[in-house]
Amino acid sequence: MQIVVNVIVLAALYCLICCGYVLIYRASRVLNLAHGELMTIGGYFLFTVAIGLGNDPVQSFLLAFIFSLALGFIVYFFLMRFMAGESALASVLVTVALGILLRGLITLIWTSQYRHPLQHLGMENSSHQIVEGAVISTFGIAMVISTVLLYLVLFLCFKFTRWGLRMRAVGENPILASQRGISLHMYYALSWGIAAFSVGLAGMIQACDSGLDPDMFVIGLKAFPVVLVGGLDSLGGVIPAAFIVALAEILTIHYISPQASEVAPFVVLISMLLIRPWGLFGTKEELERV
Amino acid sequence: MAFASGYFKTTYKSDLAIVETFSLWICLIILTLGLIFFPFFASAFLMDLANQVFLALIGAIALMLLTGYAGQFSLGHAGLIAAGAFTTAILFKELNAPIWVTLPTSGLTGAILGITFGLPSLRLKGLYLALSTLALHFIVIYIGAEYETQRGFATGVVIDSPSIGPFLIEDPRLWYFSLLIIDILVVIFSINLVRSRTGRAWMAIRDRDVAAEALGIKVASYKLSAFVLTSALTSIAGCLFAYYRGFVSVEAFSLHMTIEYLAMIIIGGLGSILGAIFGTIFVVLLPYIIDALVDILHVPTRLTTYMFAIKYSAFGLIMIIFLVFEPSGLVGIWHRIRDYFILWPFKHKPLGER
Repeated sequence: MQIVVNVIVLAALYCLICCGYVLIYRASRVLNLAHGELMTIGGYFLFTVAIGLGNDPVQSFLLAFIFSLALGFIVYFFLMRFMAGESALASVLVTVALGILLRGLITLIWTSQYRHPLQHLGMENSSHQIVEGAVISTFGIAMVISTVLLYLVLFLCFKFTRWGLRMRAVGENPILASQRGISLHMYYALSWGIAAFSVGLAGMIQACDSGLDPDMFVIGLKAFPVVLVGGLDSLGGVIPAAFIVALAEILTIHYISPQASEVAPFVVLISMLLIRPWGLFGTKEELERV
Repeated sequence: MAFASGYFKTTYKSDLAIVETFSLWICLIILTLGLIFFPFFASAFLMDLANQVFLALIGAIALMLLTGYAGQFSLGHAGLIAAGAFTTAILFKELNAPIWVTLPTSGLTGAILGITFGLPSLRLKGLYLALSTLALHFIVIYIGAEYETQRGFATGVVIDSPSIGPFLIEDPRLWYFSLLIIDILVVIFSINLVRSRTGRAWMAIRDRDVAAEALGIKVASYKLSAFVLTSALTSIAGCLFAYYRGFVSVEAFSLHMTIEYLAMIIIGGLGSILGAIFGTIFVVLLPYIIDALVDILHVPTRLTTYMFAIKYSAFGLIMIIFLVFEPSGLVGIWHRIRDYFILWPFKHKPLGER
């Protein structure tokens, strides 16, 4: 039972992280390799705000959300805007460089000490027994709930609201969309904003659950195979893919070794790339075949 | 001094010449002499820097061949260096093998890995290819880490200095000359390679693979050959790296190393061997330049504890600046300056610019 719970929590974490990858890729065909750093910064935002506000979890979280969202917009308007229309490779490399820059800044501002935002929030991370022989932490539950909420909201918005429709239009055909009067930069920036927000949320919950240090970005990198298994441009594909990867990882921890679990997602990634490169639910035309 | 201000070749012989004019020969000879006499004046610190540049140059040129010429994007470079280094370490520890065994074996391991790294390239392009090489990087590192823990070298493997015949290569000067010779060979080899049939086929594939296929170039085998050659060269660089450091540990081969090599070829300028050289010098020296700047500017000592983070951020920032504002890299800047002086007082572009 414990394995099932672990898989669900890990899958929720991956879902939360990967939603950003997919949103940015779908809107602007850029793969954001600085995602793990955005996640770490989200955690540090919470930490800073928590110190500033003291024991006030609700306000701290809200303020940290706003910071994360703003960070996404800032990154777009001050950097990625210049890369619009450049080759995919150049934009990816810019995000790689951005990741390095952010990591450097994180160590500069917050040093590489191990931090615990939870202390400053005045909350406790207790473990609950949900069924016989299965334990889940408070923030594990928070992770699952926020994932479900976020995906529900995103799906509904994409389906029924005006900006969701526009966002899909931008992703499908940017030239046509801008011809119809949709402001491309607006919607690209929005995709970056939501991405930074969702991944920042993941970072915050993760930071509360197990502490915070600059090496957290590795989780963002490990979540990466999930997007490819699900298909780079498919938001719905992330959920089953997250379960597959999380299952592979947890099973490797249990039956082989924790060290091997580090590579398990990447083994899944390679097999997926060899069998079905466009992912479970990705668009097939996406991929240029050789 | 006369330098070619454009493409003025009238005979096949001049078209085949590597060095275009007599003046260029003189410059090259002066450069070579400078490099030969450098160790007799340089301090130990400068020697170490030079050796680091030489070591990195092999890997950078290899990556340049793959990315700059064949147009294949790889995020697995550190994995390949690790493969070479670990082949050396394992052979040294288990069989006590000398360098003339480990060096070719590392190359061979690299070539075999190159086929594995290259196989996805037959099906995938661009981003997807980069990600498959990224995955392979993690797998190679995992195998290395597994070896370390299984055999009880948890902190890393210590390797003795190599000896060739009676010479024990331990002195920085001996290292300098060995690496200089290897580097000159690698540079000449790659310059000739990219002018040859293989190199031209790679460039055709880079520019448009469908057109290349239509011209009768076997895209699949040339792509694989690019991967095999790059990986073999990189693994050899990894072998030398292991000997030079005298110590092999998985921590050294992080993703950051791959990014550093990518930065070398991007900052240098894609699609130019000269660019790889410029980029390597720049990226290797950058942290030391920042150190020197801090010394000159008398920054408060409080800041020096943050030096690592400052270097890290500066590296990212410079990479961004080059990608956004100067995609042709250092070599582009160099060409612009050179053309300005060669063509002076005119402002037109060089004839037959490549």
